[in-house]
Amino acid sequence: MVNHRFHRNIQYAILVFLGICFLAPLLWIVFAAFDLNARQGIKLPTPFSLDNFSAVLGDSGNIRSFGVGILLSGGQALLVVVVSMLAAYPLSRYEMKFKKSFLLSILFMTSLPITAVMVPVFQMFLYFKLQNSIFATMLFLTASSLPYGIWMMKNFMDSVPIDLEESAWIDGTSVWGGLRRIVAPLMLPGIATIAIFTFSGSWGNFFVPYILLQTPEKLPASVTIYQFFGSHGMVEYGRLAAFSLLYTMPSVVLYIFSQRYMSKGFSMGGATKG
Amino acid sequence: MGRKNSGAALFLMPSVLLLLVFFIFPIILTFCFAFTNMALTGAAAQSLEFVGFRNFINMFQDPDFRISVWRTLVFLIFSAVIGQVALGFILALLMKEKNVTFRRILGIIVIAAWVTPEIVVAFCMVSFFSDNGSLNQIISWIGLKPVSWLFSFPMVSVIIANIWHGTAFSMMVYQSALDEIPKDVEEAAVIDGATGFQILRHITIPMVKGSIVTNMMLVTLQTLGVFTLIYTMTGGGPGTSTQTLPVFMYNQAFVNYQFGYGTAISLVLLFIGIVASLSYMKSLKIKM
Repeated sequence: MVNHRFHRNIQYAILVFLGICFLAPLLWIVFAAFDLNARQGIKLPTPFSLDNFSAVLGDSGNIRSFGVGILLSGGQALLVVVVSMLAAYPLSRYEMKFKKSFLLSILFMTSLPITAVMVPVFQMFLYFKLQNSIFATMLFLTASSLPYGIWMMKNFMDSVPIDLEESAWIDGTSVWGGLRRIVAPLMLPGIATIAIFTFSGSWGNFFVPYILLQTPEKLPASVTIYQFFGSHGMVEYGRLAAFSLLYTMPSVVLYIFSQRYMSKGFSMGGATKG
Repeated sequence: MGRKNSGAALFLMPSVLLLLVFFIFPIILTFCFAFTNMALTGAAAQSLEFVGFRNFINMFQDPDFRISVWRTLVFLIFSAVIGQVALGFILALLMKEKNVTFRRILGIIVIAAWVTPEIVVAFCMVSFFSDNGSLNQIISWIGLKPVSWLFSFPMVSVIIANIWHGTAFSMMVYQSALDEIPKDVEEAAVIDGATGFQILRHITIPMVKGSIVTNMMLVTLQTLGVFTLIYTMTGGGPGTSTQTLPVFMYNQAFVNYQFGYGTAISLVLLFIGIVASLSYMKSLKIKM
């Protein structure tokens, strides 16, 4: 028994050590954001100040970059949800000849590294004069997260019982009406999960907008923050940290939201019985 | 049946169209451009020519390319396979049956590093490893001399940064896999006198083997495409010491404007991705 407790204490010690390793870099950015004299090392913010935040938020360019980011990622998330929902419907409900190979290709595409196609995508954008277009970038981002969206959406839709739709068809609802009024509301947690994952992924994506967008007023926060780092980052640690913290917030909030949706799960099991 | 199929086509059309134009077409372009001398500047910018395998011959003779492949492998093995996959498993295993509040706090810390966008991870890590940064603060408490981490050990720095950012994913995968092991199996083993290590080796690991393999494939694929973290932390340097394939590809295409050569590198990256992706699908053993 003594041996057992000894083992347990060692395990706690290892976990505490790992926890500190994971915490240290995060603590720096949190402390530095509230510190006007922030440096590279960790120190408590003395005096505690919100001036870094007001400086970042006082710059209209920064605010605009947040707006562009929301537009780009929000538009993409919306497109992914709508388009993948449409695609998921026949994949979940119909018998089709090419269903299996289509789904396998989709799964295959989910895991291909997008990094690898960026050079030809840039060429393509250049050729069709699409570079520096927020909308075209949004479409590319949509396509790049569609495989994942379709795959997830199909799995979510499979768990919605078809009986509910069938009774609606008997009542005279069209296939489209059934999808919109019965299937979609029942899979709201799944839709929210896909929307949140898409938004967060794209909100944090630096490479794609960095390659496809050029003029400063069209750049989303991920690229603007990088340029801020390049021009002031080595001097104004406090501001960089405050900017980073503001930029990280949406990802954190959305993650917490997604946890709530996922833990709720699907409560439609009893819908046909009741 | 006929009506249904035409309906299906209508439903599938937007996806198919988007995927064709923005996903499959660029992949086809990769195959085509890789065999041209495409460039933005110089003589080649005027006349686009088919150059056969010249890009590939140049590539395999280019010492920078060979060393980039090597660095990519080192990055993959240490940050994905050994780092995230093993550390994630250790975390999940040790956290099992610990104090609930302790588990929750530790979980939040590890997941926070994962939720943080890559570029912010890079800032955190640059400051952590910098000359006056936290790491040197910590080692000075133990009485060690500060080290210029990003200059003396750049590869170690980016590997640790990627482990820091990515481990939470593996941890969560293993946590749910470990939760699914029925308690009585391990209890029976304890009654039979098995030691903790024996249980781990003969019961726990075989029972979560499936998730280990799948997770390893996923993490490998993700790590293969890592560009932002390395580019923003070190820019591939100092010199070319952290230039993995994605950074090398970027430099050839967007810094030297050698698009044909850059695309040839993309193709190699894509090829590795395709092989890894196919083995990932095989590991899933999907039933449809």
